[in-house]
Amino acid sequence: MAHILLKDLRKSYAGQEVIHGITMDIPNGEFVVIVGPSGCGKSTLLRMVAGLEGISAGTIEIDGRVVNDLEPRQRDIAMVFQNYALYPHMSVRENMAYGLKIAKMPKAEIDAAVTRAAKMLELEPYLDRKPRALSGGQRQRVAMGRALVRTPSAFLLDEPLSNLDAKLRVQMRMQIKDMHLNTGQTTLYVTHDQVEAMTLADRLIVMNKGIADQIATPHEVYETPATEFVAGFIGSPAMNIFTVTAEAGMAVLPGGHRLPLPGLAAHGKVRLGLRPEDLEIVDASTAAIPVVLRSIEWLGADAFGYGMIDGSDALVTLRLAGSTGAKRGDRVHVAPKEGRLHLFSAESGKRM
Amino acid sequence: MRRTVFPNKVLPWVLLAPQLAITLIFFYWPAAQAFRQSVLREDPFGLSSKYVGLENFRKVFADPAYLNAMQVTVVFSLLVAFFALGIALFLAVQVEKLVRGKGFYRTMMIWPYAVAPAIAGMLWLFMFNPSFGTLAYPLRLMGIDWNPLLNGDQAMALVVAAATWKQISYNFLFFVAGLQAIPRSLLEAAAIDGANRRHAFWTIVFPLLAPTTFFLLVVNTVYALFDTFGIIHAVTSGGPGKSTETLVYKVYNDGFVNLIMGSSAAQSVILMVIVIALTAFQFRFIEKRVHYG
Repeated sequence: MAHILLKDLRKSYAGQEVIHGITMDIPNGEFVVIVGPSGCGKSTLLRMVAGLEGISAGTIEIDGRVVNDLEPRQRDIAMVFQNYALYPHMSVRENMAYGLKIAKMPKAEIDAAVTRAAKMLELEPYLDRKPRALSGGQRQRVAMGRALVRTPSAFLLDEPLSNLDAKLRVQMRMQIKDMHLNTGQTTLYVTHDQVEAMTLADRLIVMNKGIADQIATPHEVYETPATEFVAGFIGSPAMNIFTVTAEAGMAVLPGGHRLPLPGLAAHGKVRLGLRPEDLEIVDASTAAIPVVLRSIEWLGADAFGYGMIDGSDALVTLRLAGSTGAKRGDRVHVAPKEGRLHLFSAESGKRM
Repeated sequence: MRRTVFPNKVLPWVLLAPQLAITLIFFYWPAAQAFRQSVLREDPFGLSSKYVGLENFRKVFADPAYLNAMQVTVVFSLLVAFFALGIALFLAVQVEKLVRGKGFYRTMMIWPYAVAPAIAGMLWLFMFNPSFGTLAYPLRLMGIDWNPLLNGDQAMALVVAAATWKQISYNFLFFVAGLQAIPRSLLEAAAIDGANRRHAFWTIVFPLLAPTTFFLLVVNTVYALFDTFGIIHAVTSGGPGKSTETLVYKVYNDGFVNLIMGSSAAQSVILMVIVIALTAFQFRFIEKRVHYG
């Protein structure tokens, strides 16, 4: 159980700042997912909390104790690594017991803790095997087990599912969610996979180039992305974003189409975001955007239509019903659903 | 095992030929000669020889000087292997910790390996010779009665030091490579599991280095048994008395100095058997405890 407080956390390598001041209050028991593209600093942030990376400025507090200068072992955390980092010369049992032995726990208690974790993760038949005799999914579970047995105050996971195949990933995702519900431990989880991020998180940190663009619940991040980057990163297929000219009550789209937007003030150039699922096919009218479809991906229940705004090279993605009759080459008219558009500053990318 | 089939029947043999020729001419042929000579007795002028069966071996084993050489060899080999492995591992671990200048230290550490055994021996002799040694003088000032020309233990310490010094480079190189092959994340996992550096070293690093250590143990044993001839020859010539006369040195002394060819050949056959047995033993019993990644 831990309450983690990050205050203006910064990290520099050789004078180059890579984490630009992250502040976040993580209450006890919360599941926080750090999500972002590769190189955004998400793993670095997690490793700073773990104590594997130094802190250039700012503080990390765990339960009111500043841990900046504490060794990882003094922070009472457990971590699951992307490559699992199992000790190859030890059996599954020894891997899980390693931390407990160091903590000088009595042998009977160690056995009990390992057995309990093994049962929970269905690892009992493999306790005496070496890691190399295990499948990827089993190794992953051993890594989880090693973290679990120690009942640490916080749980850190660094892309724990990225080396698994798609089916296993879904399974483990649910197992991790269950585990969190059972143990109620504060958890920090790093991923680049937005499905993992959206399904697991109580709150998300969306990182972009070392900055936390948005810290909010998955729902808020999806509904009201704080920046253009967040809007484009979360959601699949990605949000359609165009540069438009904002006039009073009207946006001029690429290709010169004028889309009436009641309440819009004149801003000059802005970025307009429309999610594929928020665009509906409507009858031709002046309030609709003409789109020429270049291809259709039919997925069963849904179909994705890819096209361009007529008379421009602005790409548009549409989410259509699986029963759609639209074909490649069709010219359709689409209109945004009421109140479902996102405006971002063309300069700062911030939500307006 | 995968079988490789070469389309050309001749080329593989041509490519193998130089290596095979060297092995045959410089190893199997002399070894066969040694076997042949070990059952013969040669007259003092080398004009005739006659078959004596195992007489030479019987004589060798009855010779107290030979048993002494055996004892000297065991002590010498154990000390050299132990110190050469231990010091090299210590240095490799320390250099790995460096952030700056790693490459420089690595390069410097490898230099002694380029020095020929006899030269290395002379180097240590110049430093520790009781009459003109650069370091012998301060040793005496410190109240140590330093005289390896008279004191057998000191002579032994000197040849062990010289032989160790030369082998450290080689071991160091392999340990550095071995250490680099250990994923960083394992040590990070150990750190999070609560292990301090020393504990992580003995429970994670050392066991994972075992393949390297085992390989080096075999190589170092062979080195101490055979390749240290030059050092002993240059530093002590087996003396004082016979206190640093190893088996190899005695083979040389009896064969090339005293010209007792039969005995010398018998000794080299015994030595060969010892090394083969030792290596087989190492592979059979110690390798079982080695974990290959």
